Amino acid sequence: MAKIIVVTSGKGGVGKTTTSASFACGLAQRGHKTVVIDFDVGLRNLDLIMGCERRVVYDFVNVIHGEANLRQALIKDKRFDNLYILAASQTRDKDALTQDGVGKVLEELSKEFDFIICDSPAGIEKGAMLAMHFADEALVVTNPEVSSVRDSDRVLGILQSKTKLAMEGKGVKEHLVLTRYSPQRVAQGEMLSVDDVQEILAVELLGVIPESQSVLNSSNAGLPVIAEPSADAGQAYSDVVDRFLGEDKPMRFLSAEKKGLLGRFFGS
Amino acid sequence: MGLLDLFRANEKKSASVAKERLQLIVAHRRAGNMQAPVFLPKLQEDLLQVIRKYVQVSDDAVKIDVERDGDMDVLELNIVVPDNRD
Ligand SMILES: Nc1ncnc2c1ncn2[C@@H]1O[C@H](COP(=O)(O)OP(=O)(O)OP(=O)(O)O)[C@@H](O)[C@H]1O
Ligand SMILES: [Mg+2]
Repeated sequence: MAKIIVVTSGKGGVGKTTTSASFACGLAQRGHKTVVIDFDVGLRNLDLIMGCERRVVYDFVNVIHGEANLRQALIKDKRFDNLYILAASQTRDKDALTQDGVGKVLEELSKEFDFIICDSPAGIEKGAMLAMHFADEALVVTNPEVSSVRDSDRVLGILQSKTKLAMEGKGVKEHLVLTRYSPQRVAQGEMLSVDDVQEILAVELLGVIPESQSVLNSSNAGLPVIAEPSADAGQAYSDVVDRFLGEDKPMRFLSAEKKGLLGRFFGS
Repeated sequence: MGLLDLFRANEKKSASVAKERLQLIVAHRRAGNMQAPVFLPKLQEDLLQVIRKYVQVSDDAVKIDVERDGDMDVLELNIVVPDNRD
């Protein structure tokens, strides 16, 4: 039986897809058979971040509607063994995903995979609700910024009341992934610190991903940033995966680098 | 600290304002959510099973209510057991 993990946030553009891609890739690199599913129907993105956009023939909605089987729709990553992608449809039909349909696909995938990663769309509409519904665990992706933290709190409320496990009286295991973290700005008192966010949300902290140019670079290249061993964000995602799998790794990238003389003078 | 920061040194840092605002919002949201805990039906079912280890009771023998009392939630249990005194 696979473990189903939703990557969710409420607020848009905080790093769900970036996190989904790296998290799935990291699990696969460590030998776990992993599939990552794009739930963002109409605005698919994951295929681009994973660099397989030209290989999408059939998608998630095709499978749900019986127009293709899973074998046809699953894209096997060419660089990483054990890693598969199920792309979102570009349809504008909001009702393309149904709870029944999603449940059946996840059940079938469960037989073959160790981990199923669900990349949620922004918001708390149908697509986001369905991405959460069958989850065993959740990565709540949050930026250290007021609207993102509030949205994360709302999403935590939904995870605790509206998902399948919640309705069965069990809980979805929640993890906080704080992304786009800028230690310099925290040091200057302009940005909520990791301790602040953890104190406000009271959720176990799985990791902190620094704000990093490397994320843009790797998305340009279509390679999950975790596969860039020299990138700070990639290393931070590696730690996230290790911690998720039970390893004890200290948090990194939490303090500001020493600035050069010029930087200190102008306080950039 | 840069030159510009010297002029701002006395202002309250914006991050701490953000933190205070968020703590209020989150406390509010969570208090609201507590009014009907989702685990109630399951708790009711479990209690029924436990009681039945000792005494036969009907399916509706356990009643649970949650009431807000100021900033506290009070869980009220009512369990009806058969009268065996004769
Ligand atoms: N750690 C980071 N450092 C710098 N930029 C980042 C970081 N994480 C994400 N980004 C950038 O933020 C933008 C949004 O990221 P991403 O697409 O992963 O967010 P999302 O939550 O999936 O968005 P949506 O809600 O639209 O699905 C992208 O341009 C990405 O490159
Ligand atoms: Mg996305």
